Order: sequence, then C-alpha cells, then structure tokens
Amino acid sequence: MSILVNKDTKVICQGFTGSQATLHCSQAIEYGTSIIGGVTPGKGGESHLDLPVFNSTKEAQQELEIDATIIFVPAKFCKDSVQEAIDAEIPLIICITEGIPTLDMMKLKQNADSAGCRIIGPNCPGVITPDQCKLGIMPGYIHKPGKIGIVSRSGTLTYEAVDQTTQAGLGQSSCVGIGGDPIPGSSFIDILQLFEEDSETEGIVMVGEIGGTAEEEAAEFIQSNVSKPVVAYIAGVSAPPGKRMGHAGAIIAGGKGTAEDKFLALEKAGVHTTRSPAKIGEEISKLV
Amino acid sequence: MNIHEYQSKQIFKEYGLPVPNFLTANTTDEVLASAKEISDTNWVVKAQVHAGGRGKAGGVKVTDNLKEVEEFADKWINNNLVTYQTDDQGQPVSCILVEECTEIKKEFYLGAVIDRSTRSLAVMASPEGGMDIEKVAEDHPEKIFKVFLKSPSVGNEDHLPLAEGLELSEEQTKEFKDIFRNLVKLFFEKDLSLVEINPLVLNGSDNLVCLDGKINIDSNALFRQDEILELRDISQEEEKELRASEWDLNYVSLEGNIGCLVNGAGLAMATMDIIKLAGGEPANFLDVGGAVDEKRVAEAFKIILEDENVKAILVNIFGGIVRCDVVADGIISAVEGVGVDVPVVVRLKGNNSEIAKEMLGKTNLNIIAASELSEAAEKAAEIVK
Repeated sequence: MSILVNKDTKVICQGFTGSQATLHCSQAIEYGTSIIGGVTPGKGGESHLDLPVFNSTKEAQQELEIDATIIFVPAKFCKDSVQEAIDAEIPLIICITEGIPTLDMMKLKQNADSAGCRIIGPNCPGVITPDQCKLGIMPGYIHKPGKIGIVSRSGTLTYEAVDQTTQAGLGQSSCVGIGGDPIPGSSFIDILQLFEEDSETEGIVMVGEIGGTAEEEAAEFIQSNVSKPVVAYIAGVSAPPGKRMGHAGAIIAGGKGTAEDKFLALEKAGVHTTRSPAKIGEEISKLV
Repeated sequence: MNIHEYQSKQIFKEYGLPVPNFLTANTTDEVLASAKEISDTNWVVKAQVHAGGRGKAGGVKVTDNLKEVEEFADKWINNNLVTYQTDDQGQPVSCILVEECTEIKKEFYLGAVIDRSTRSLAVMASPEGGMDIEKVAEDHPEKIFKVFLKSPSVGNEDHLPLAEGLELSEEQTKEFKDIFRNLVKLFFEKDLSLVEINPLVLNGSDNLVCLDGKINIDSNALFRQDEILELRDISQEEEKELRASEWDLNYVSLEGNIGCLVNGAGLAMATMDIIKLAGGEPANFLDVGGAVDEKRVAEAFKIILEDENVKAILVNIFGGIVRCDVVADGIISAVEGVGVDVPVVVRLKGNNSEIAKEMLGKTNLNIIAASELSEAAEKAAEIVK
C-alpha cells in the first residue's frame, strides 16, 4: 500500500508541452509512472512524448480515464488550469506551480472541497510512491520503497529527509510535498490522516517551517488521532521576524509562526522532534 | 509588497473610506505651501517611510506652529528615519504627508488579513486603537473582534459583530457598515495580504475617519496589479535584497559571519539552523532556487561577499535533478571569477556528488569539501572561531 498514488494511477499533465513539464514528465515515465496524455490549449490532436495532447482537461477526460493531474502551468494562468481540473472532477490535482495569488488559492480550495477533489500544492515538489509513481520534480533515485511516510512544506529539505531515511535502510511508503504557500490545497492533517490509515506506513516524518499555525494544528491532530510514531523538524529557528524566507508562507508575522512555538506545540503533543535537520533519519530509526 | 501611508490613503479615498484632507510634498517649500493650503491653524506632518514605529522615532508631528512644520520638513527630507522596525541605517524620507488635524474622541483598530487556518479573510476590530495590536492580542484577546469571510460578497449584517465590539451608536454603525464593505472590496480587488487602519477614530463631529493606513500587497498577484506596481518605492527596500531579487535570488541579510548559498527555501533555513547548532552564526538566508547556473551562483557569491562580516561561506546544494558535477563546475568558475577571499565549505549531495567532490578537491582555490550537512556546518563554524 501507499498513499495518494501507486503504479495503477493514471495521470495527465496540464501545461504538458512546456519545457519543465516535458523534462519532469519524461523522467516520470522513465520511473514507471503511468502518464497517459496531456493538455496544452491550442495543441490538441498533436502528440508529445508519444502521448496524445488535448486542448482542455474536459476533452482529455472524454477520451481517457483519469485518476490524477499534474500541473506545470505558469502562475498567471494556473488558476484557470486548476479550476478546469476541478470542473472535470479529477480526484487528485497536483500543482507544482509557484506564485499563485493567495486569494486565487482561497477560491480554488473552496471549489475543490465542494467538488470532492484533493489538491496537493501549489508551490510544491509533488508526490512520489517509490518504484511505482513519481508525480513531481523530486529526484527519483534517492527514494526507496519502505515504511516511512514523509510530509513536508519544503522541496530540497524533503529530499534531505528522504535521503536520510533511505540511508537508514527504512525507505518510504510515500512522500508528499504540501508546498510553501499560505493556503495549501492539502494540510499536514490531511496527509497525516492518510499515513495513519496506510498499513504500509510504520512511521511518519513531518517537515514544517516558520509561518502560520499548520504545525500547531497538526500537533493537536497527532495527539488524538495518530498512533504511529512521528518525528518532526521545523526549519527557521534562526529566521528573523517580518521577513519572507523564500516561500510565500514562510514568514513570522506579529510574533506568530516562530519555529520555537511550533517545536513546543509538537513536543507538548508527544511528538518526537529534532532540532537538527541532519538527524531526521537517525531519530525515526529509533522509533520504528 | 509595501506602499507608503499616503498611497494607502489615496487608495482608501478611491474606495470611499473616509480620510482626513491631506497633501504630499517633497521639499520644505512645498511642505509649507501645502500646510497653508490645508489649514490656517494646525497641522499633522508625517515622514513617509515604509517602516512602522514612526511616531516614537520622531517622524510624526502635530503642531499649531508653522515654524515647527518648517523645522520638521528640514529635519527629515533627504534624511533617514530610524525606527525599531528598521536597521541602523533607517529608511530614506523623500516625501512628507501634510494633513489637517483631526479631533479624536475615540480610537479604534480595524484591519484585515488572510487567516491561514480558516482559509478566509479575517476582518478584525478592537476598541483598543492606536496601540500595538499584537500586544492587545496577547494581553487582551477578548478585546479583539473578528469576522471571517470566504468571498468578496459581504452580507447585510456581517459588519455587526465588529460594530457591537466597538460599541458604536446606530448612526456610527451605518458609517461603519460602508467602511467594512469597502475595505473588503478593496482587499479582494487589489490582492492585498494585509490592510490596517490604526487608528480608525471617532472625530469631533462623531464621524469615523481613517487616521492611518497600512497596506501590503500579495507579491504573487503583482502581475495583475499594474496600478499598485507603479507605487513601488525601491528606495525603501534593502539594497542587497533588491539586487538579489533582480537575479531571482531570495536573499535576507542576517547578523552572523557565515554566508550561506543554498538551493531551496526550506533547506536554506535548515542550513542556517544547523550552523547555529554547530556554534556559528549565519550571515544571510540565500535560496538560489532550482536552476543552479554559473551566472546566478557568481552573482550570489558577490552579494554574500558585500557583507563585510562574512568570514566563511557555506554552500549547500542538494543536487536532485541537476548533476552535482555541473554545479561544482559552476561554483569553481564563480569562485575564480568573483575572487572569493574567504574559505568556502561546499557540501554537494545527490547526483554525481563523488565526482563533484573530487573536482573541488583538485582546485587551488580555498574550497573545503564536505559530505554531510552537519559536517559542513561544523567545518564552517570551526573556520570562523
């Protein structure tokens, strides 16, 4: 088992013929991911990476059985693309794009919720189930099938956690980047719930960062709903207040959202934490 | 993105929010002329910088003496205002807001911000206006009233919990309803991330007036906010951060002496944290992003080295899709080209990292290779000890 995606997941790509999409879809196909087509307005009927291209998600849906879509559309046009995927009721919408306005995301999240669609991202590395399905921009080769579920707000820092759990011989059940924006499509809680229910996941690594209160909410959730061991790391202990640290959502505003507050909330909820990003693998090894 | 108070008030006016009569001026003569036009008897003059805390720093004056208006203008125009929110340099003043005096019967706080946990717009009001609202939130959370909105469409009674919290009269509640509605409209139409009116006051004739205005705009939405983009004042931005942004580098300067160059925002923060754990102090946050090419790495080195405190640099790259040998090549030529005169600890992980390590070892440059994150941080901390 795994969460969200596996070898049977049938995927389309929106923004398919762009350079980033082409690079990452080629790698995904090579990895074994079942990509079955793509969407680029105006290029319907053409073929790209030996797969059919459609003008719209709706057109693609008329021809194909779609489980998930991965979106590489530039931020300016991305709202429409996500909305198209929601209108087509694609169950899983993975949005890699960085730079979507927060108010657009507020609206899209509401629409996705009422349509029963799940959005992962935006501004995220995507989702991977090792050796089965790679939907994102992460390097496939650092992952190894195994028993740790990883959920994170960051990209390269997730790879760090992945690499450490691979080195520790534990491997990963699935890894989910929920993204660094103020309003993500899926929260820590959404993904923790899935890992809790997944029989293959024996331990969970949660990588948070400064800004907002998602980690505090996750801490509360873990305390009453997660029986599996969780190791958490929060990036940004040394970040100054009032400065946006790269991600749109990574900012300490009005004294709220500090790494220290998040560590404390997690520890209070009985979550194992590590102050060193180099010790994530070591800590989770002790618990599973 | 931030804008000045006078720009916020201009936008308030466009949206029908009541503001005092004001003019702006860039020279002492203009300030005096504006003052005479605004009133015969008394004035408020306010130095325009983006930072808060201007009042306590002497950047705001209420006076009935024209001589003092002149002195204020002479003092601040073309000088820097240092507040608790700025660094030691402060921010340059090139504009003075000249405003009519408003008699204040009561001071309130009114603000709106995206509430991340409810994924909605939180409009907040407090009878404790004019004070530091964060302090009110901490000491007297019961004095902050909130309404959550999921969309720009405002109901007929949405404003009522706030009006009641402020204990407004029936007449004032009518005025407040318009202010509330227009504030929400403004927030959604201009893609704001924050708007604050602190204070919103009850004036001598019992009318509500926005005495101050602070607006932040969602940087992700600037592509569709041309009018807002024109209000950008780069003189208020940190020079190195500004230049970094022109190269698509995310840079934030800090107070330590170990410069950092990292790919990815989360990993960049984690790198700062682990430097601290190793007993060092990071000099900056720097995320070079996904495309680690030679030109941008070279530019990143230049920006880091402009900080005279930097005694060592830690490069931490997790080569996922990119190959580490290519990154190493970029680092070597960037270090050669820029003329880096401090030791550079390089940790390259991922694709082809062994080849990269070998390449770095062979150069005559002051490059120290490290394999693991903690090892890299310890080596950097050791150098600056």
